[in-house]
Amino acid sequence: MTAPAPPWALLAELTHACPLHCSYCSNPLELTRRSRELTAGQWAAVFRQAAELGVLHTHLSGGEPLLRRDLEQIARAAVEAGLYTQLVTSGVGLSAGRLDALVDAGLHSVQLSVQHADPGRSDQLAGHPAFDAKRQAAALVKERGLPLGVNVVLHRHNLDALDALMELAVAWRADRVELANTQFYGWGLLNRAALMPSREQLAAAGEQVKAWRERLGGAVEITWVVPDYFSGAPKPCMGGWGAVSLTVTPDGTTLPCPAAATVPGLHAPNAAERPLRWIWEESPAFNAYRGTDWMPDPCRGCERRTEDFGGCRCQAFALTGDASRTDPACSLSPDHAALIALTRPGTPPMPVPRRPTTPDRLQERTDRRTR
Amino acid sequence: MHDPGDWCPRLPTAALLRHDEARHVDVMLLPERVVVLHGSGRAVLELVDGTRTVDEIITRLAPDHVQEIRGDVISFLNRLRTEGCLR
Ligand code: SF4
Ligand code: SF4
Repeated sequence: MTAPAPPWALLAELTHACPLHCSYCSNPLELTRRSRELTAGQWAAVFRQAAELGVLHTHLSGGEPLLRRDLEQIARAAVEAGLYTQLVTSGVGLSAGRLDALVDAGLHSVQLSVQHADPGRSDQLAGHPAFDAKRQAAALVKERGLPLGVNVVLHRHNLDALDALMELAVAWRADRVELANTQFYGWGLLNRAALMPSREQLAAAGEQVKAWRERLGGAVEITWVVPDYFSGAPKPCMGGWGAVSLTVTPDGTTLPCPAAATVPGLHAPNAAERPLRWIWEESPAFNAYRGTDWMPDPCRGCERRTEDFGGCRCQAFALTGDASRTDPACSLSPDHAALIALTRPGTPPMPVPRRPTTPDRLQERTDRRTR
Repeated sequence: MHDPGDWCPRLPTAALLRHDEARHVDVMLLPERVVVLHGSGRAVLELVDGTRTVDEIITRLAPDHVQEIRGDVISFLNRLRTEGCLR
């Protein structure tokens, strides 16, 4: 067996703790306890091994990474390993002092999440009065001369504000804007019905994005992540299983994609116990859906199989109970009709805010919602 | 239109040039982006400092081969500018 091509990026989920309660959050329903988080020293070892393996970018994410008091130390270790290091933050806790320490550690860029352009609505969606902190964080990042990316997860409750969100991003002098239609993992999956946009909302937003791209030329880079539930075409999830990037979760569990913890029987390896090279090249988890050999029909004979890799394994599992089926987002999938049914307008339930929970309480909530 | 040789290209402050040991290529790193630099790509970008014109860069790079490489260097730099990787 020839070794797989090296990975380009590492998503480092430093903690699951977060002051916000976004109902679209893709963190798992069972959040990792703080006492189980990797130490800064363990993260440094992960970064060194990742760089040796070929990783060039790392995203320090969470939860809210600023809740790690040793974030500066962790960022320094990533930079010293030679990685291009980006902080992914809600902005809450990004004081001038902390940002200066991060800049001193060598941090390269910041990505800031925004929930809505209207401060009141934004705070409501975040379940926390966070908007002012975001505005201040954006100003600080630009003052320090770091590139700023603004990330918005889009859904039924903020898609209509797309123009206002773009105006906000321009006013905050963002260099990049990522408009990501929500994906249904973790809390987002639990809240799917509440978050599901309408076809009309999406079509209007798509037109607005086009207009903004024309208006801004190349001055601001705009990424528009299309919602695969509506496009009929599955997303090339993570650029293919174990092909482009790896995710290390707060306790060291290492996954081909942030949502893959839900795939049963994966036996995800842990970066604190195994060398990262073994995990990437040899672990059964990273090889489970690599390449095209695992594919069922209709993917097996489909000419798009090396472009979309049969779509997302986690979504196939979430919707069919079998991670090795064709992604139901594909119009050729035998399960596509069931997915389309989920996009039909109905009366959406209220979103459940993300918060630390025990499996029992969660089961109760889920039962209540599906009843 | 003015002469493309007069433009003073500048790298974004966030850009990082480095060697990628695992893939044996030079790269330019930007947020969420990797630009793989083939041939003398890195040598060209190392001469980009915001004050040198394209023609000065070319003369420094290969004083004896200015005419042969001018077209290639200009199209390389223009392509990076269109992609938002140069100012
Ligand atoms: S999506 Fe919201 S709740 Fe989840 S980690 Fe990000 S800011 Fe926190
Ligand atoms: S059948 Fe499989 S490979 Fe073909 S388009 Fe659908 S998901 Fe992609």
